[in-house]
Amino acid sequence: MNQTIELIVNGKQYRRTVEPRLLLCDFLRNELGLTGTHVGCEHGVCGACTVLLDREAVRSCLLFAVQANGREIATVEGLGEGPQQMHALQHGFWETHGLQCGYCTPGILMSLVPFLEENPNPTEEEIRDLLSGNICRCTGYQKIVESVQLGARLLRETSK
Amino acid sequence: MTTRQFGQPLKRNEDPRLLTGRALFTDDVQLPGMLHVAFWRSDLAHALIRSVDVESARKRPGVVAVYTAEDLGDFWQPGPLLLPPPPVEKLEFYPRTQVPLAKGMVRHAGEAVAMVVAESRYLAEDALDEVLVDYEPLEAVVDLEAALHDDAPLVHEDLGSNVNARVTQTKGDWAAAESEADLIIRRRFHYDRGTAAAMENRGIVSSWDERSQRLTVWDTTQAPIAIRNGLAAMLGLSEHQVRVIAPFIGGGFGPKIMMFYPEEVLLAWGALKLNCSLKWIEDREENFYATTQERGQMHDAAIALKSDGTVLGVKDVFLHDAGAYAPYGLTLPINSQCTLLGPYVVPNYHSEFTSVFTNKPIVTPYRGAGRQHGVFVMERLLDAAARRLSLDPAEIRRKNFIPPEEFPFSNEIIYQDFAPLVYDSGNYEPALDRALELIDYERFKREEQPRREAAGERVGIAVVNYIEGTGIGPYEGARVTVEASGKVSVATGVGTQGQGHYTSFAQVVAEQIGVDVSDIHVVTGDTDLFYWGAGTFASRGAVVAGNAMHAAATKVRGKILKLAGEKLEAAEEDLELIEGRVQVKGVPQTSISLGELAAEANPMRGAVQPGTEPGLEATEYFGPERGATASGVHAMILRVDPDTFLLEIERYVVVHDCGTVINPLILEGQIQGGVAQGIGNAFYEQLHFDENGALRNASLMDYLLPTASDIPNIVSDHVETPSPLNPLGVKGAGEAGAIPVGALFAQALDDAYRDIELEVREIPLSPNRLFELVGEALTREPA
Repeated sequence: MNQTIELIVNGKQYRRTVEPRLLLCDFLRNELGLTGTHVGCEHGVCGACTVLLDREAVRSCLLFAVQANGREIATVEGLGEGPQQMHALQHGFWETHGLQCGYCTPGILMSLVPFLEENPNPTEEEIRDLLSGNICRCTGYQKIVESVQLGARLLRETSK
Repeated sequence: MTTRQFGQPLKRNEDPRLLTGRALFTDDVQLPGMLHVAFWRSDLAHALIRSVDVESARKRPGVVAVYTAEDLGDFWQPGPLLLPPPPVEKLEFYPRTQVPLAKGMVRHAGEAVAMVVAESRYLAEDALDEVLVDYEPLEAVVDLEAALHDDAPLVHEDLGSNVNARVTQTKGDWAAAESEADLIIRRRFHYDRGTAAAMENRGIVSSWDERSQRLTVWDTTQAPIAIRNGLAAMLGLSEHQVRVIAPFIGGGFGPKIMMFYPEEVLLAWGALKLNCSLKWIEDREENFYATTQERGQMHDAAIALKSDGTVLGVKDVFLHDAGAYAPYGLTLPINSQCTLLGPYVVPNYHSEFTSVFTNKPIVTPYRGAGRQHGVFVMERLLDAAARRLSLDPAEIRRKNFIPPEEFPFSNEIIYQDFAPLVYDSGNYEPALDRALELIDYERFKREEQPRREAAGERVGIAVVNYIEGTGIGPYEGARVTVEASGKVSVATGVGTQGQGHYTSFAQVVAEQIGVDVSDIHVVTGDTDLFYWGAGTFASRGAVVAGNAMHAAATKVRGKILKLAGEKLEAAEEDLELIEGRVQVKGVPQTSISLGELAAEANPMRGAVQPGTEPGLEATEYFGPERGATASGVHAMILRVDPDTFLLEIERYVVVHDCGTVINPLILEGQIQGGVAQGIGNAFYEQLHFDENGALRNASLMDYLLPTASDIPNIVSDHVETPSPLNPLGVKGAGEAGAIPVGALFAQALDDAYRDIELEVREIPLSPNRLFELVGEALTREPA
């Protein structure tokens, strides 16, 4: 029995009719064409599919699209204004080589958004603790940690 | 002067697209009317297939087709053998390669038996439940030694045994070394399987366009050109009718180059058969079975030494786990065999291996590609010898280094590229000294370790060496074009999986053409844009494709100078290329932009001199005579929690020599990422197969990938010994970080438990396994 859902994604209102079993990640990627959200394990471990649901980081492979009915989603496409005008956090990653293949990166960025809102000046240990929910197979994490430190600083400076 | 860009830590051209979710990965390809594929895979590792019933699956709503091996007709063929065996005397070789869909027998868990095509992935996966396979289970071949028993079940019955190959290579005379030796140490070492676990699983989109008569394939492959050539041949198409695109790829690490994965063949065939577009995206569980793996080997090794620690010889006899099929030939065990010798003078060497078929997933190179094993065996033998001879581990290594004046240094055996194993250049002692300095070796041993041990801590230090044969042939090519916009476009055939090729290749080109790296657009991995090439493997991108870039850019530079000389009425040697312009040296007023020159080089009307080639463009190829030998030293201080056996890496040092460095930022990233995979391999990651060949931990919940809490910050430094084998002097760096980590862990743990003479002889470890090993050491009778 298909259901009609209404939700806001990256500030834009959508109304779609979906199967109840449709995963949120598949909905975002295939129905809305927002393919920046990546799927790495489909069992909630790797964190690549992390998006914000009402400003909280969630794994979109562990939610159904219907669970987002009436709610607000943010994906990596809505972070900053695109490649020419990136968000401070994205600049932090660019400057510090915080990505290699870039597959896990959108999930990491989205995990960091609420984290840095709550804790704008985290310690390395706090950053590593947060990042331990996202697996990166390329970087060895060191440059991601440095990227978060730089991104957090840039964010603090822009919000002053 | 234009600021020099080659050698600088430039940020990457490709990153803004990746950071904003705009980069195209294979799963992002959406085509109108596209159908979706799911595979029915065997849950048994070894079984006869009595029958496959797909009738009810075919009748399910949304299902378009279901295929079994029978439906493939003549298209059903075992895959090609990628590499013939090397020219080694008395070599025995019995190849068997993978099939598109299992027919008659399944040989590993996860082998595909049926292919479902449906309107959505959900519907295709639903239909898998209706596929009925009637099996007769057979005893599985799992253990390497048991596989060679006379009464062992057979993976490939027609072969009469489970032997895939037997190869012996020798240098000097081991027997003589044995008889002269003051000390001989014999050990058995075991290295077990892990998986590359790229964050992006494999995926393929295959689209047949009847009107243009062309097949377009988006594929998570490291070798798009070879895939195109093979698909065209198998499907009876011209190579010009097939376009393979390797778009952004979410990590490769080796297993994404395998000609051919069954899915690659089947999706192309299915798209033609159904005249449509097909997509298949591997899920994580499939990735644990259907993507290739590596690292199962068992070594019986011996080292002969003089009492002062001088190595006289090494003997190594080992078994290599090839898995159910061995399409890659003997690359892996040959790498193990050749890499064992390391940076040391080993005058006498006897190495023989047996490659063994087992009922486990297929084995092909994964970052390091057999080199880990060789390094582990040699470094462990040296450690055992050092202990017996009361030498410091660092000193026994130093004593046996190949001296810098001995290069090129021949090891007299054959490497994976079929060329003699000759090290091109190296300088090992400065790297060791630097690593010892950075880890503060002397002070730790003299002061810190005794102090902390007295306080009840378990802390160990380790230092190990390795070499890596990198940048092997055959060849790569590149085309460099100055466009009328003044920007530069560059194309090459290799695929890219996060190594930063869009930037490092641009840096090589910028060096010759004098434009900003951000104005150089690099295309990799699209067979319509570059026709020739081999692929991204064996740490060869920077070496082989990089030098092709250099050659093409140098030629374009010559064309630019010639044309600019005519236009500016100046001698070529009086000109310089600066920031997208050519000017008379020191006279910026007399200059012309590259864009204007490019337009001049492509006249739309009028006559040109006969023989004129249009454009400021050149295509060049580079093929090295043999690989370039990179090297390095890793050092570590490790603390073991004596109750939980969890580890804390307190300090980790890498001193690496990969010749000339193109981009130190990217290089550092490669090293750090390699070390992280090495740490995973050493202490977290192990594939646990049960006696039936079933994998017991096929999920990321049960197979532990290291997280940001497990990987330390790495202190790194470089020694630069340029390769004489290529104009840029570069050596490969992609795999190096991962190679010596197992040996390093073993030495550090031995050191932390030297009071009970712990000796680690296996990798991977885990807290549980370390607990057991320490327990065994504690209860062992003193020697």
